[in-house]
Amino acid sequence: MIASRRVADTVIILIILLLAWQALHQLVGATALPGPVPTLAYLAKFVPSERFAENAWATLVCFFYALLLSYGIGLAFGVWMGIHRLSGAVGEPILISLYTLPKVTLYPVVLLIFGLSLSGRVTFGAMHGVLPVALLTMSAIRNIPPVYHKSARTLHLSGWQTIVTMLFPATLPEIVAGLRIGFTLTLLGVLLAEMFAAKQGLGSLIINAMQLMQAEEMLTVAVVLFAFAALANALLLWIEHRLHHRV
Amino acid sequence: MSRVGWIRLAVLAIAIGLLELCCRLGLIDQRVVIPPSEMAVALVRLLISGEANEQIVRTFGIVLLAALISVVAGFALGAVIHALPRARQSLDPFFATYYAVPIFIFYPVMIVIFGLSAIPIVLMGVATAIVAMIIATLNGLDRVPQVLAKVARVHRMGTIATALRLKLPAAAPHLFTGVKLAVSYAFIGVIASEFILAPAGLGRVISDAYTDFNNRQMYALMLLLIIVATLVNMFLHVVDQRWAERRGIAKP
Amino acid sequence: MTTAAADADIHAALSGVTRVYPGTATTPPIHALGPINLELKRGEFFAVVGPSGCGKSTLLEVLAGLQQPTAGTVMFEGRTVAGKVPDGIGVVFQEDASFPWMTVWDNAAFGLRRNGVATAEIRRRVDDALAFMGLTDFARAYPAQLSGGMRQRVCISRTLVLQPRLILLDEPFGALDAQTRLLMGDEVLRLWRRTGATVLLITHALDEAAMLSDRIGAMSARPGRFLDIVVTGWSRERNSKIVSEPQFGEITGRLWENLRGESLKSLGHPGMAAG
Repeated sequence: MIASRRVADTVIILIILLLAWQALHQLVGATALPGPVPTLAYLAKFVPSERFAENAWATLVCFFYALLLSYGIGLAFGVWMGIHRLSGAVGEPILISLYTLPKVTLYPVVLLIFGLSLSGRVTFGAMHGVLPVALLTMSAIRNIPPVYHKSARTLHLSGWQTIVTMLFPATLPEIVAGLRIGFTLTLLGVLLAEMFAAKQGLGSLIINAMQLMQAEEMLTVAVVLFAFAALANALLLWIEHRLHHRV
Repeated sequence: MSRVGWIRLAVLAIAIGLLELCCRLGLIDQRVVIPPSEMAVALVRLLISGEANEQIVRTFGIVLLAALISVVAGFALGAVIHALPRARQSLDPFFATYYAVPIFIFYPVMIVIFGLSAIPIVLMGVATAIVAMIIATLNGLDRVPQVLAKVARVHRMGTIATALRLKLPAAAPHLFTGVKLAVSYAFIGVIASEFILAPAGLGRVISDAYTDFNNRQMYALMLLLIIVATLVNMFLHVVDQRWAERRGIAKP
Repeated sequence: MTTAAADADIHAALSGVTRVYPGTATTPPIHALGPINLELKRGEFFAVVGPSGCGKSTLLEVLAGLQQPTAGTVMFEGRTVAGKVPDGIGVVFQEDASFPWMTVWDNAAFGLRRNGVATAEIRRRVDDALAFMGLTDFARAYPAQLSGGMRQRVCISRTLVLQPRLILLDEPFGALDAQTRLLMGDEVLRLWRRTGATVLLITHALDEAAMLSDRIGAMSARPGRFLDIVVTGWSRERNSKIVSEPQFGEITGRLWENLRGESLKSLGHPGMAAG
């Protein structure tokens, strides 16, 4: 029942967003901002096209590698800083300041090092995603109640058994939260990189469309990305809630 | 300073020293990264010459404006939404999804509507920051203990006095967390927009310097942005922590 | 009781008071309290004990003017209490109601400042109240730096400085551990003796009621009514040491006799209540 209400609320929000879009379209005129109907019509035509597929594929590949890096490095740092208290205490404020920094500032450096290549965009995406993964993994490990360690010892569990049966499940919900935020920010980083300087990918497609005054194409790509991000987030949130509520 | 603090300082100093050394020894090409000491010198020269003053004022002014709008409007919207529980419930999926969507994909849309001016940049700053303030406001108002309403009636206080003298101070530390987030998000929103496309501003100047291979200018301004953003964020973070500590609020 | 002299001895009175919470479309109305008849004599210490959810707190809030009775009348110092907390009533709640953004001193001064009392008088009364509650050394501390018991003392100080003639205590020690509660009980007795105020204490702890009160009203499960009113007969100079006296055991025994069945009812065991 709660789930069905959530679905209803989501539908209401979507309808309100569409109405707001339509109203804005009436306000500023059709050439600047096409309404939802022509945009969706364009979407139906554009999405199956080869040009869209090529660019979407480029973004996906880049995002996939960036995510792999974010998760790999983030988890490694998070586990290290969670277990080794001193490293955590030393590193946490540094990571927090990096987290709040506008990382776009550093993109020219990445470009100077890697050039306009896939590896540059991957690096920039990973720069965004790695921090929340590391910070939340560290906090998950630090927040394990000490009673778990005591219980493990009274139950005579081996080190490996302790990790598998207690520490891993205890930290999982918070780590998954970190992975969700890491997903979001990695995507943001990849798209920013593509918008700033790239010859392919959905981010560059938006910028090209803007420069060529193809408002429909610009909005179409934005809508597709919006839907992708929102759906992926909903899925990851759902997993997170399941992990929190398991008994 | 604590031992941990000294170690942190040492780690940062070693990192900067290593970068300096690698640049000086030619392990890192100076066409890619210039030594940190030269970045600092270039920044000081740039600040003294005053060439970039206009851009600096413009960018930080826009950040301030966007943060201000976000805090005021975010608080007002948060208070209204808090008073309407049904609307709030419906908005829950919206808030849960908001920061998952890379909102910069709508920056070109803003440019098409408002033209290439400061307006789309302010709007992007507000768009990145305001929802954090709304969420913090809801969170803060949720944590106002119910017993305060009873205390207010025992002291025969009116609605406005109760809101200003009891509820607002009770929610204040959580609201400040919102202010902290709003400022750092406004920074990110404004700078990123300026990088993507802008008529002027630090982001634009850095990106131009990159295109012109003017490394000194680029690194000097980059350093400036990083220093200012870090100092502002650190200041807000420390105040936030102090406040939470004094009020006995556990902060992640 | 009908003469003016007898009425003057009655500080506060509830007559035929009931409280029914109206139902909604999906829930039936809840009859929480009453009918209750109670007369508090000037200067007495009256405790109300009863199973959880019996309407004890509702009784207190109705008397304080925080809730309107559905039927019946509430009188305080000869006037009807309606919709507003009358002057002269102080309330200490179960929840921590200290203001975490103010120092202990400012917490205590809150009510006086609102009433526009002169600064020198505020200083005198607050310093006095804090000294009395043993908080002088913590005057500049913030509530978050204090224990739960100390925070409750802050709230008591905040009430005390206003010199209330009727003090209502809504399970003020419910969240504290047993030893701290005994000690806080001593504090309340000292306060009661010094101020000469009438005290109504709501509690679920039989020992607390037995130790502190002149009279104890044992309440039934919802809707709350008085089953028995026990007169303790303690001297005014009592303290927590009386817990070792045989009379103490008799009083708690008599209270438990009344309440055991009611407590089982509120736990949802009607069958066991008979046994």
